Amino acid sequence: MKKKRIKLSGIYLAVILFLTYVPILLTVVYSFNASKLTSVWEGFSLKWYQELLRDRDLREALINSLILAVSSCSAATVIGTMGALGMKKVPLKTNGLIESISTMPMMIPEIILGMVFLAAFSLVGLPFGMTTLIISHTVFCIPYIFMMVRARLEGMDQSIEDAARDLGAGPFRLFWDITLPMILPAVLSGMLLAFAMSFDDVIISLFVTGPRTNTLPVKIYTKLKTGVTPEINALATIMLAVIVSALLLSNFISTRKTRRKVRDI
Amino acid sequence: MKSEKQKKTKYGASALLLVPMYLTALVLVLGPLLYMVYLSLMSRGEVWGFINDVTLDNYVQLMEPLYLNTFFASLKLALLSTALIILLGYPFGYFMARLSSDWKRRMMLLIMLPFWTSSLIRLYGWIIVFRSNGTLDQLLMFLGVTDSPLRLLYTYPAVVVGMIYALLPFMILAVYSSAEKMDWRLVDAARDLGASRLKAFTSITLPLTMPGLLSGIILTFIPSMGLFFIADILGGNKIVLVGSMIQDLMTRGRNLPLEAAMAVVLMAMTSALLWLYRKISRTSKLEGLV
Repeated sequence: MKKKRIKLSGIYLAVILFLTYVPILLTVVYSFNASKLTSVWEGFSLKWYQELLRDRDLREALINSLILAVSSCSAATVIGTMGALGMKKVPLKTNGLIESISTMPMMIPEIILGMVFLAAFSLVGLPFGMTTLIISHTVFCIPYIFMMVRARLEGMDQSIEDAARDLGAGPFRLFWDITLPMILPAVLSGMLLAFAMSFDDVIISLFVTGPRTNTLPVKIYTKLKTGVTPEINALATIMLAVIVSALLLSNFISTRKTRRKVRDI
Repeated sequence: MKSEKQKKTKYGASALLLVPMYLTALVLVLGPLLYMVYLSLMSRGEVWGFINDVTLDNYVQLMEPLYLNTFFASLKLALLSTALIILLGYPFGYFMARLSSDWKRRMMLLIMLPFWTSSLIRLYGWIIVFRSNGTLDQLLMFLGVTDSPLRLLYTYPAVVVGMIYALLPFMILAVYSSAEKMDWRLVDAARDLGASRLKAFTSITLPLTMPGLLSGIILTFIPSMGLFFIADILGGNKIVLVGSMIQDLMTRGRNLPLEAAMAVVLMAMTSALLWLYRKISRTSKLEGLV
């Protein structure tokens, strides 16, 4: 009886997971399809990849997206990490309030955030384009890094910092030699998360982008709205490959981290 | 104020660490949000923008059938998607928590993987599945279930599938994280004391996994009110939701105060839900998030 129950639950998990992967697998398979139609298979071809490489608009959008993700993710990392460190060192009464305000972008629907930014930027007369994109992405990336780093700081052994200080380490030495190495895994995984969020964002970008600046998701969105091009299949496959490698890399970093932890014990 | 200043001097340079965070929170989050509330109370401008004239007209205008119907259509879709996500995601999270730790890790990776791929691209896969003569049509015709293409793309069910697909992982992770922390011996004890399987579930498992379930509902329901691009791409232009309406009005910039009012209403709903969640679960932390 018990065995049967386990089997049934296993089948359930497998079926749901399978359904999750069906659309992704189809996208990858059809990216190598010679036919323009996604319903017929006409043999293996790299035609769509070649076409993709020739598409100047998409390449420009990709470069824009990379610039955007790298700069907003770096800015958010600096602000979020400083904030988490500062809140631990300087326990002001207002910290809690500021924390809930800065994590709000995680909680409210993205569409409202996009709208709010659009209204605010037009109020101050900031021209829409890369600047507005970077500012808004930075704001919604901050909570991810802040929360990761704060969780790490909460679990950190305070005595190590105290010992270093007692041994005469100045504040900068303390930061570079003790605090930074300890929070680095959290900073990196927060950065990865923020990068992925920024790189994937459509809704907010649609609101705050200018007429001449396209990001990759915005470009894909407009393409999908007008119809289906097999080019998108190829693009999807490449993006998938990049994201999977990034994920495996982060997984590798974190398992090495736990292994090191085990070794330390 | 004075004591704060004293504290700041006491902590010296460390207080500078807080400056960027405080500035972004106040200038880039709180400021714009308050500005939107202010905008929602203004009168509409002749051509574009607004006139500095306090009024509640925008909120009254939202009561018009056009807006009310759109709002209820969005609410219906969000509720339906959330209900289906609970039905699919709760058992998944629950079963996952009962796996061996090796399988738990593997499952986690398998769930996170598509979750981290571009949401648009995952939607694109469903276009291939649903489009006329697409994978699903071919499969159904091959199995002899139907003999002509169903043309499922740009229909309501396609949108619902898209919503479930985009948001299911949130529910799974939330339920999993609370089911994982549960003490399963309690269930065994209840069973030993003669409780039926159903009774043990409703009196032990369900209450103990409630925080995860509630958090999952919050994490799926709130975004589902605003995910307009799913309805856009999988539903064509047939299904108009609050999200697509705001986006449409906003990009054309015809009635800024009205859109602000819409956003304030959505915002208020979101905050009410979060408040309710905090009341019920007595924690502000959302299970399964970060």
